[in-house]
Amino acid sequence: MIAQRRPVQKYLWVGFFLFPSLAGLLVFLITPMLASLALTFYEWDPLIPTHFTFVGMENYLTLIKDADFWSALGHTLYFIIGYIPLVLVTGLAVALLMNQKLIGRTFFRGAFFMPVISAWVAVALMWTWIFNPKFGIVNYLLGLIGITGPAWLYDPNWAMPAIILTSVWKDTGFIMVLFLSSLQSIPQEYYEAASLDGANGWAKFRYITLPLLSPTLFFTLIISLINSFQVFDQVWIMTQGGPAGSTSVLVEQIVNNSFRYGRMGYAATLSWVLFLIVFVVTMIQTRMQKNWVTYD
Amino acid sequence: MTESRLHELNKPLGKVLLYILLIVSGAVMIVPFAWMASTSLKSGEYVLTMPPQWIPDPATLDSYRRLFELYPIGRMLLNSLFVAGLTTLGQLITCSMAAYAFARLKFRGHNMVFFLYLATLMVPFQVTITPLFILMRIFGWINTYQGLILPGVFSAFGTFLLRQAFMTIPTEYEEAAYMDGASPLTIFMQIILPLSKPALATLSVFAFMGSWNSFMWPLFIVREETLMTLPVGLATLQGRWLTEWNLVMAGAVITVLPMLLLYLVAQKYLIQGYVMSGLKG
Repeated sequence: MIAQRRPVQKYLWVGFFLFPSLAGLLVFLITPMLASLALTFYEWDPLIPTHFTFVGMENYLTLIKDADFWSALGHTLYFIIGYIPLVLVTGLAVALLMNQKLIGRTFFRGAFFMPVISAWVAVALMWTWIFNPKFGIVNYLLGLIGITGPAWLYDPNWAMPAIILTSVWKDTGFIMVLFLSSLQSIPQEYYEAASLDGANGWAKFRYITLPLLSPTLFFTLIISLINSFQVFDQVWIMTQGGPAGSTSVLVEQIVNNSFRYGRMGYAATLSWVLFLIVFVVTMIQTRMQKNWVTYD
Repeated sequence: MTESRLHELNKPLGKVLLYILLIVSGAVMIVPFAWMASTSLKSGEYVLTMPPQWIPDPATLDSYRRLFELYPIGRMLLNSLFVAGLTTLGQLITCSMAAYAFARLKFRGHNMVFFLYLATLMVPFQVTITPLFILMRIFGWINTYQGLILPGVFSAFGTFLLRQAFMTIPTEYEEAAYMDGASPLTIFMQIILPLSKPALATLSVFAFMGSWNSFMWPLFIVREETLMTLPVGLATLQGRWLTEWNLVMAGAVITVLPMLLLYLVAQKYLIQGYVMSGLKG
């Protein structure tokens, strides 16, 4: 309808409406992004302004040989392998539970959502205190059933599991609402028809719920995967990458390199490698979804 | 999985099992918060005890009082409100305007520009943070409110969310207004925005909460305590009084409580925001 106006006038309006947002994104997002790509070919310490040197592929070569990078990648993968299956299964289970007609449903949905809306910093501090080896309630409860709990965040073997559990606890409610919103869109008639055909609970879940949930399952998998490659806040608060580097993750490496060691170029290189990983994972999943996702 | 049988569980035994499951899992969610609140209400000598004291006795607001006296937590609370408020306002203005351009002013190449917006959603924040920080130095915006706020005002996600909402509005209203000679600005202000209140509410609470909870950017851009938002202030609190868990937990309560209140008054919109953020992919 606007097209009926004279083109010049129309484009003035487009400019008027689009300018604030587009200009802002260009300045604060797209330019920094391209600058970051350029920076991967330079060496630069902001504290020594004259020290700004073109180094070609040097940063990428350093990265390949950088033991810290590979160990951070390993820890990130460890986090992902622990976190993703747990958070998806608990999120789905809780969503199925919340989809039942139970008294107090709204209250419990709120309970599951509380960690989601809380700041990571607060949640991480809360769990640092809960995991306290001597006075925390986790080890106290373990003690009641005769188990001597580990030192958790102070133990290189147990720090990452503690971070994974905390993350699952925080994000279950998020996964829950995603599943819940698509569970509620499944028509009840499907289940009623299946009941008439004598289908049991498992059959209904396997042949109705799961196929109809598969697009959501796919989305939540991608979202959680992308988010978990970027895991940072909880690590920064709970362990700062320790003990003995056992929870050092990719983003923590980026932050240390840029803001602690003053290696801006190398930090940018690490961040682009992170971007590349996220991008490739998303592409692979987009390809694979055809095999197991059912869109109705 | 046992949950798969939930659909047909009308039998009393099944119901009982479901309620047990519900209460146990609910407790796992609530007990940590209760423990946080309980710790914050204890005075120092009752914090490090074994077995733990579940209900503070005597309960005291002492750690809150000390936090406000010894530490600029009141100022941080105001900072958080100010930053989150302006970020939300800015997102509402810029996102709704851009969303209108994408939804209604079908200009040449609008699909391409919109795709560019969606593509930026894939870029991890860490990619831009270093150059963004350098840019802020060039502007002289380190340690300023504008440095803290402005980068968060422009949101591709918010634009996407509002565009989806604007697309569902029937065009008949606008055609009538257009025939009467209304300009796009009039149509935007008097038809599109009033008809999109739920989506605007969703973006508001979601943007407010995102800004309130955000940690990484404020951590880097702000050095002075007087400019810190609550999460950053809370993080420095940990280093300062590591063993004074009652103080740290009081700070955590102050950070979390406003969001719980927001959830209570606007849970529908908040949940909608999360659902949209999950499905943007």
